[in-house]
Amino acid sequence: MPELSLQNPAGRSALSCKGLVKRYPKVLAVDRLDLEVRSGECFGLLGPNGAGKTTTIEILEGLNTPDEGEVRVLGQAWGEGDGSDRALRERLGIQLQEAKFQEKLSVIETVELFRSFYRRGPDAEDVIRIVQLEEKRDAWVGKLSGGQKQRLSLAVALVNQPELLFLDEPTTGLDPQSRRQLWDLIADFRGRGATVMLTTHYMEEAERLCDRVAIMDHGRILALDTPAALIASLGAEHVVEFAVDGALDLAAVGRLPGVSQARREADDFALIVREPHVSIPPLLAEVARQGVALRRLATHHATLEDVFVYMTGRTLRDE
Amino acid sequence: MNERAILEAPPTAPSPARGAAGGALRYNALWQITRARVLSFMREPEVAFWVFAFPVLMTLALGIAFRSSGTPRSRVGVEEGAGADSVAAALARSADLEVLRIPARDAEAALRRGKIAVLVRPAAGAPPTLVADPTRPESRLAQLATVDALERAAGRIDVAKPRAEAVVRPGSRYIDFLVPGLIGLNLLGTGMWGIGFAIANWRQQKLLRRLIATPMRRSDFLLALLLARMLWLVLEVGIILVFGALVFHTAVRGSWLAFSLVTLLGTLAFSGISLLVAVRARSIEAVSGLMNVVQLPMWLLSGSFFSSERFPAVIQPLVQALPLTLVNNSLRAIMNESAGLATVAPAAAALAAWALLSFFAALKWFRWD
Repeated sequence: MPELSLQNPAGRSALSCKGLVKRYPKVLAVDRLDLEVRSGECFGLLGPNGAGKTTTIEILEGLNTPDEGEVRVLGQAWGEGDGSDRALRERLGIQLQEAKFQEKLSVIETVELFRSFYRRGPDAEDVIRIVQLEEKRDAWVGKLSGGQKQRLSLAVALVNQPELLFLDEPTTGLDPQSRRQLWDLIADFRGRGATVMLTTHYMEEAERLCDRVAIMDHGRILALDTPAALIASLGAEHVVEFAVDGALDLAAVGRLPGVSQARREADDFALIVREPHVSIPPLLAEVARQGVALRRLATHHATLEDVFVYMTGRTLRDE
Repeated sequence: MNERAILEAPPTAPSPARGAAGGALRYNALWQITRARVLSFMREPEVAFWVFAFPVLMTLALGIAFRSSGTPRSRVGVEEGAGADSVAAALARSADLEVLRIPARDAEAALRRGKIAVLVRPAAGAPPTLVADPTRPESRLAQLATVDALERAAGRIDVAKPRAEAVVRPGSRYIDFLVPGLIGLNLLGTGMWGIGFAIANWRQQKLLRRLIATPMRRSDFLLALLLARMLWLVLEVGIILVFGALVFHTAVRGSWLAFSLVTLLGTLAFSGISLLVAVRARSIEAVSGLMNVVQLPMWLLSGSFFSSERFPAVIQPLVQALPLTLVNNSLRAIMNESAGLATVAPAAAALAAWALLSFFAALKWFRWD
């Protein structure tokens, strides 16, 4: 879109932070974090609950102040005066993880309320149409389903046609269908050249929406790249999961042909392999040789989830 | 799907507001926040009950319970025994007395519990004895009426015979005292719930945080809360006044200007205090507790149901400085004693001071998240 690309020349930084630190009495929430989001890209912060994603995104949104470090949003820093902060807010769209709207206001009343805070933006009716809530236009917020509430929350974040949109776990707690609907809406929005920064603990969400992903844990970034490159960093593309009855010598399994990593997850085992058809026959033979019975065997393409597990030794759903 | 609107709206042009839904005000923040407040308040049926129905029911119940009907009669007890019949018959002839015959063993208890105001103990062949507690005003009155009745029965001739003319002055009944007190009480309650509760609720739901993530001016937000509050003020005071006037013939006898000023300043003072109570409360439970702590002294001391003059002189400076006392006393002076602006000016100034101090303190300490 010519107008928008003029506004956001490709390659320029939409968001950057250097040496970000945030301490809470009992935890170091953000630990010397550096980040750069390019104009026009969709960037994902991926990590389990408690990784520091929300603290980080709220610092970038100017809702939380870092103890150390430097933040620039659309070329501007926070706290350079009330007028300057407000001018920056005119250009941002923000969705907060837990914010609830007034239960007894209707969808249109809520969108109009938020639209009134901005000097410019599309018409409230059009925003409702974009998030496909026309049928719920006059319904009270309290009567909406979880997915509809999230779409309202997205509508409220879009009322000023933001150059940069922040989404903090936009689909947490939604059913798969509502999740896919939101993904389509977000993909549509960013297809128009705006920048999106989102946090999530859903791998599929990050893989599907994000150009680049930072994997975050304990307030630090463990890896940052495109989803494909992160998966490629595992050295192999397939995961073989299996379970056995009896004690298995994992080290022997790890030495089988084509296996790049082997690990135990509770009672299950997982191998990262280049080609399942090369690695599975020797695996079956090895299991038989060790005299244990195979109870289950499954394979899938490696995902960001596997990247996270191999980097942290934990699954994203832990905690 | 019409997505072109977002796509094609040039980033510098203001969006065309659609006429039907509010014209120029449609995207005015002050108007929108006020509207959101009023609508969500109106859509809570409990709120409508406490703000509008409760004071009316209260006025009705208390107005009926304490209505002034006829002339009250004193209750006099006649102890059973020789001569009791003739004494009781003599007393029964008085219009001021209600006579009860009481066995000797219950007589003292009846007197002590206030069932009777005076006890008459007949004596054979001698004048009866009157037993009463002289510190109780109703006993004094009953004693005078009893002596009068006994003297007349014994044959006293009245000579002076003054004429009595009954006058009930408007504004001196209990209901006249009560209505201004209920207005004051309601202003306090609505101020607390309408502002403190709303803020704690919004903070708990992270809505305040969501609001400051927009370029909304914080002054617009606070001003809108006040504006919404003012709208209720007109309605809630209006309902009590109209109901009192229709059912009990209460009226505003003094200056309407003074009346408006006092209710306005009272509302501002209560709103400010409510804001101060809610500056940091993170939950509805916390703010409810704090609001009760703040309201309790005023409920007890500010004389909504009985005169605050009854409290000892030592605590009077405190009592008189409470904003609800200031509101109640000023409204009573205006409604019942025809007071004007000059009379209530000191109280109005004190209320303005409460409002200003609490607002500035609240703004200083207010927490948005």
